[in-house]
Amino acid sequence: MKPSSLRGAWNTTAALLILVLLLFPVYWMLNTALQPDTSTAATDWFPTTLSLSNFEAALSSQGKSLLTSLTVALGSVVVCLALAAPAAYGLAQFGLKGGQTIVFTTLITQMVPGIVIANALYSAYAELGLVNSYLGLILADASLGLPFSIVLLRAFMVAIPGEVIEAALVDGANRFTAFIRIVLPMSRNALITAGLFTFLFAWSDFMFALTLNTTDDVKPITLGIYQFVGAHVSDWGAVMATAVLSAVPAAILLVVAQKYIAAGIAGGSVK
Amino acid sequence: MSTAPSSATATARAAALAPKPTSLRGRRSVLRRLFVLPALVYMALFFGYPLVRNVLMSFQHYTPKTYFTGEAPFNGLDNWRAVFSDELFAHSLWHTAVFTIGSLAGQFTLGLALAVFFSRRFRLSGTIRAVLLLPWLVPMVVSAVVWRRILDQDHGILNSALQALGLTDSGVPWLSSPSVALLSAILVNIWIGIPFNMVILYGGLQEIPRELYEAASLDGASPWRTFRSITLPLLRPVVTVVLVLGFMSTVKILDLILALTSGGPADSTQTLGTVTYQLSFLQLDFGQGAVVGNVLILISAVFAVLYLRANRADFGTGK
Repeated sequence: MKPSSLRGAWNTTAALLILVLLLFPVYWMLNTALQPDTSTAATDWFPTTLSLSNFEAALSSQGKSLLTSLTVALGSVVVCLALAAPAAYGLAQFGLKGGQTIVFTTLITQMVPGIVIANALYSAYAELGLVNSYLGLILADASLGLPFSIVLLRAFMVAIPGEVIEAALVDGANRFTAFIRIVLPMSRNALITAGLFTFLFAWSDFMFALTLNTTDDVKPITLGIYQFVGAHVSDWGAVMATAVLSAVPAAILLVVAQKYIAAGIAGGSVK
Repeated sequence: MSTAPSSATATARAAALAPKPTSLRGRRSVLRRLFVLPALVYMALFFGYPLVRNVLMSFQHYTPKTYFTGEAPFNGLDNWRAVFSDELFAHSLWHTAVFTIGSLAGQFTLGLALAVFFSRRFRLSGTIRAVLLLPWLVPMVVSAVVWRRILDQDHGILNSALQALGLTDSGVPWLSSPSVALLSAILVNIWIGIPFNMVILYGGLQEIPRELYEAASLDGASPWRTFRSITLPLLRPVVTVVLVLGFMSTVKILDLILALTSGGPADSTQTLGTVTYQLSFLQLDFGQGAVVGNVLILISAVFAVLYLRANRADFGTGK
């Protein structure tokens, strides 16, 4: 047993080295954000004098953008799941004519470059008065998660035994109440996974935020930090503090919802 | 336990399938379609319409005034001629090719190496593997901004470290030299893409039956031989999916480049994505922007076919 446990220790050491190497930029972001004065001189390797002043600066200039991102991302999750869940159920359980074609089309939509969508959407939004609106950005960001959510939820709902639903129908429920009372609760895990990913996609969206807004009315954090570093950066500490704040949802999800993320990566990309 | 419920459901199914008045059947079929309809309408509006509109726009003359007057007259092939005769288009096409191939080669090789390494399952392997995902979950613009600071020629930590090690005197102009900036962008994108490649390939590796490896080791096959003769061939479907998905997301790159270099210096990091953005949203020439967008669609379409072929087996079993 001894040689194998020694090899295990070597592997763990090597893995930790890889971790340090690959996560260095994340460390550097935190390190810069925690140092009091990073305006001109080179940054220290370690934050020897901790300071939260950068975070105060970040919150006062970008706090509104964080709220905007939260609103838009949550809105996108609602829109996306409201569209994807019934569609996935229909595609999984009804054997609709043309169902195959619809799944096929859903797969293809994932291939459409976002900048192409933005290019045409801007014209339409300008005509409809949706430029610089929460609704406009929420609807556009929902497109980032919809194909993924449909494919993921459908794969899950195919596995729900038809008998369970039919039993409910015999008990007098119609298709819609059966969907609400039985299918949705049974699909809870898949719904959480789809919702989490849609949230992350919308939170990370930069392109729609950049192209569908011409004023500062609806400015998510990704656009905020981009403009923050725009022409000339003098206060890197505050920029990095903003970066840390905008990475918080990803970090929380990684800790709290790890199994859903693993499920989503496996189900959404390979299947 | 198993027979009673199934006979009960059989009865239930028979009852549910019993003949019903035709009008009710018709109504039910409409109701069923209503489940799928909203998503279909949405996809038509947010994927179908932009595709069609983009083709139309590429034959229209847009100016900064268009959004006041609403006039964008058709101008034949003028936009196409203008774009194709501009050197920037050819350059951006080349940059896109180099960026995509370089990024995918790096992401895939390192992702595969890590996937194989983490398959050894040692203490903390699962936790470390999970934490490595972080760079992929952070918004790309944010990563790019952090890297911009790290790669800064005078104040960046990378040059400070290289100088301390005596590897460079004056510091590498990572983002400020036209001959280095594209390489820097590729390196950053490789860093962003490693976790995704690692996770998918790791998943694929777990599907390979362990017995095959045991048999190979009994036959005295070397690790490299085992990797080439067992791992790679059985991993092929997953490899295809990873590469095609990677291609789709890399070829249209925009966020990373804008935040890292804004396409500069001297247009040395302009890609099809950034040129589309520039033409449409900075010069407000949506017609010419649409031309470059259409080229992007065309390239993506070719690879969409590849993707669907790779997915065919899985796709065929679905209903």
